[in-house]
This record gives sequence, structure tokens and C-alpha cells, in this order.
Amino acid sequence: MTTDDRNEAQSASPGTARTTGTVRVKRGLAEMLRGGVIMDVVNAHQAKVAEDAGAVAVMALERVPADIRRDGGVARMSDPALVEGIQSVVTIPVMAKARIGHFAEAQVLQALRVDYIDESEVLTPADEEHHIDKWAFAVPFVCGATNLGEALRRISEGAAMIRSKGEAGTGNVVEAVRHLRSILGDLKKITTADSAERYAWAKHLQAPIDLIEEVASTGKLPVPLFCAGGLATPSDAALVMQLGAEAVFVGSGIFKSADPPRVARAIVEATAHFEDPEMLVKVSRNLGDAMPGAEIATLDTKFADRGW
Amino acid sequence: MSPGPAEVGGAGGGAPVVGVLALQGDVREHAAMLESLGSRVVAVRRPADLEGVSGIVLPGGESTTLSMLIDSSGLRGPLVERLASGMPALGTCAGMILLAREIVGGRPDQRPLDTLDMSVRRNAFGRQLESFEADLDVVGVDGGPMHAVFIRAPVVEDVGDGVEVLASVELAGALRPVVCRSGVVTVAAFHPEISGDPRLHELLLADIASRSGAARPSRPRPGSPDSPAGVGASMTAHS
Repeated sequence: MTTDDRNEAQSASPGTARTTGTVRVKRGLAEMLRGGVIMDVVNAHQAKVAEDAGAVAVMALERVPADIRRDGGVARMSDPALVEGIQSVVTIPVMAKARIGHFAEAQVLQALRVDYIDESEVLTPADEEHHIDKWAFAVPFVCGATNLGEALRRISEGAAMIRSKGEAGTGNVVEAVRHLRSILGDLKKITTADSAERYAWAKHLQAPIDLIEEVASTGKLPVPLFCAGGLATPSDAALVMQLGAEAVFVGSGIFKSADPPRVARAIVEATAHFEDPEMLVKVSRNLGDAMPGAEIATLDTKFADRGW
Repeated sequence: MSPGPAEVGGAGGGAPVVGVLALQGDVREHAAMLESLGSRVVAVRRPADLEGVSGIVLPGGESTTLSMLIDSSGLRGPLVERLASGMPALGTCAGMILLAREIVGGRPDQRPLDTLDMSVRRNAFGRQLESFEADLDVVGVDGGPMHAVFIRAPVVEDVGDGVEVLASVELAGALRPVVCRSGVVTVAAFHPEISGDPRLHELLLADIASRSGAARPSRPRPGSPDSPAGVGASMTAHS
């Protein structure tokens, strides 16, 4: 199948053939973000705070998940002027969220030249059956997943990075842990499956058999696996990194805390030094109040249930 | 799934111990490449991790983040000292930026390690949509062009005497260096670790072997910057 190549473009300049939009460069940017923190920001000021604190990238959205929960209503892609404002003040990659299935929002974000598009369950879904055909874009996509089947379906649609979903806007890490353990646990089991069992896994996970075969032989996803949804403290970041996340997304956890610049910086340090408890003591001391948390059982809407 | 303290793995015995700066970035790909070439690999996150290493790789990643973490981890001083005393090094992309004398387009508080006398421009090609793959002839690297993957890549704006330019690409009508070398330090704006081309890592290991005086056959040295194939070496057709 040549879907991998559908969006590659040959440059016209003589003698210097360059291909852009390839799977290799899409996944490559995700690989460069490993061990880093990607921070949700709603305006240029927050983006600057994030970059100053050592974020490897920022994620533009119109409201942080905690506010989307509180205020309700339809959550959409950011205003282009806000994305441009953010792009103008930081030098690190700028990502932005589009609604699930809303390929027109994704087209707008690609025209804005964002560095990554997050087809995100945190925004209100635009399509309850289809996700965006991500192969049709030159800009890379990240998608959320609660389990291995969902991750492989998104990869088959062209996602170049997967993030475990967790439950955004709660400050409660329990769902992030559940999803990460589910994805990594099934990856481990599949590596021991025989050829007949791999077909059963494909049916069970509702995932393409070629991707099942690939992860059975490598033991890992073909794209980087990051973690999102409910991380609020440096120790939360260290926990999911030790469980096997390759980088973390932090949303409300920073700008809903008492001291966003310090919390942001502390989470960056904790993610880099995730196996060093002494460092965690140092960066966690006197950080002030973390964002207020929420019990998952009390939620009206679980964002993680969005996605098909 | 979490590596043990410092040591990432690799061959044992008398194999060279190579550090990979492991504060952020594509550490895993560099470690895998070095291990496949027979090295022992140490993840460098703290000054103590540098003690046993005889060479270092500065990986791809986000150079502003890496620069900040180099300071907060206390690694800046020991790294500068080891590099100044002749420790062989390989830097790719962000690693190239960190090894420069001057960073153009960086953050005001971003300080390079000032190892190579060159000025490097961050994100020189633009945003991710401009990231690209191409085949590139590199002076002194035998066996055909390298398949180069440039991700929001930097270019070298100028180099001082003593820094050899081994490959360049065209940008805005001018040839800009993307592989440079001085002494035992090699830098590339692209990522041989993710395209799986081992030749720059082999060059690092040859540098380590020559420094330690081991009886290890070293690769041919790259040509001089004045050679006809020098500064002008540029891309060939991508198949």
C-alpha cells in the first residue's frame, strides 16, 4: 500500500530532490520530542511561560480542558489569530487541536502551518463514526487512545504519534495510568502470540492484521507513545514515564495550578529525571497548590469515551 | 521498560563506553546505533554519568529545553571541560546547535557549549511542513550518499578556520553547511540515527579509538575543506 507516500511532495529545485511530508519526517518530529513536556496553552502569554519553563512544544486550544468541563458548550479549534499569536512568540513547535473527524479544521491548521495537529477528544466531536484521513495531510497528527486497538486504528488512519488519553481536565492521573497500562500490557502479550492468535488479536482489537503483525514482532507501537490526561504534579509525570510513556502532555495541570511557571518547570525537570527520586523531592518542594482534582466517578462527560 | 541507573546497555568487555546525553530527545535511536556497532552506552543525565565515558553523542531534540536542562543538571561545566580536553563528540540537529559557538534564532538565555567555531541558525528551513528527506554526499564518508532526514533542522551560517565543511545544502539560493567537523568533533543538521546510517557514528568510534590509542583500524579522514569536493558537496538526486 502506498498510502505512506500519498502526500509526499517533490521539490522543484534542480539537483536537490527533497521529499517533504513523509512518514519518516512525521514520526521523526515525535521522536525528537521524547522525554519532554508538551503544554496546553490558550494564548501567547501562556505559550511564552511554557517555553520559558522548558516545554518541548506547546498545544494551542481555545480553553484548557478543566474550563471546557466547567463551562460546557461546544469546544472547537482555536481562532487562527490565537494560533498565529502563539507562533509569533515561541520558537518551539506549535501544535493545535482539531475536533475528531473535522477535516476542515485540520485543513485550516495545516494552512496555518502548525507543526502537529491533535485530533482530540477534548474538543466536541464533529463526526461520530469517522476520524480524519490523516494520510491526506502533510502535517503530522497525534491522536488519543485508551487501548491498543484504538491506537492501531489511529495509526492505520495515519497518526504519527499516539498519546494515551487519560481523562483531561480532572487533575486525576488514574485514567492515564489505566490507558497506558492497557496499551503496554497488550503489546507485551501480543509478542508471545502465535500466528493463529494474532488473527484473534486483530479481531479482538478491531485493528488491521498488518499492524498486529508489526507490533508482535517489535513489541512496540510503530510511532512514539506519549501520555496525556490528568497529569498535575511532577510525580505524576515521573510515574507515567516509568510506566513506559515516552513524553507527557500537560493541560490544565499547569495553568490551573497556583504557580504555573514553577509547576511547569518542575514537571519538565521531573520528566527528564523521572528515575531520580532526589530530583523529584527537589522540584516538588513548596510548589503550592496543584490544580483542584476531580473523581472520575463524578464526571458528567468522560472525554476518553469519544473516539471510535 | 525503564533502563537501570545510567547504563543503557550494549556490549561488555573492552568495548568503548560512549555517553548519550539523555535529558531529552531521540536518545534511544543513538543508543541503538552505538550498541549495534559494539559500544557500551551510558545515558548521561548527571555529572557523575560522564566519568567513565570516552566519547559523547548529543542527540536530536529541542535545543532550548536541552540547554536549560544542561544547566539545571549541573552538566554544563563538566561537559565543557571534557570537550575542551579533547573528548570525541557527535552532535545531530539539536546536538549540533548545542556544540556551536553562537546560536542564531535561539532564546536569549540559550547558551551553547562553544565547542566548534561556528554559528548555527535554528529552524533554518521553517516549520515542520518544511522538514524533508534527501540524499547527501558527505566528504570523507565512503559508500555513497547518506540518506538525510532533516526535521525542523538548523544550518551552519559561518565557520571559523579549522572547521571543515563536509556537506552543504541549498537554502534561499546559497549553499549552507549541514555537516561540519573539527578535530574529533562531528556535527550534522540531520538525523543519521533515525535513517539508520551508521557512518557518522563509526567516525565517532574511530575518533575514540584513535584517542585511546587502541589498535582499531580507523576510517579514512575526511578531505580538507579546500579540496574540490569540499564546500560545494551538495545533494544528489533522491531515488
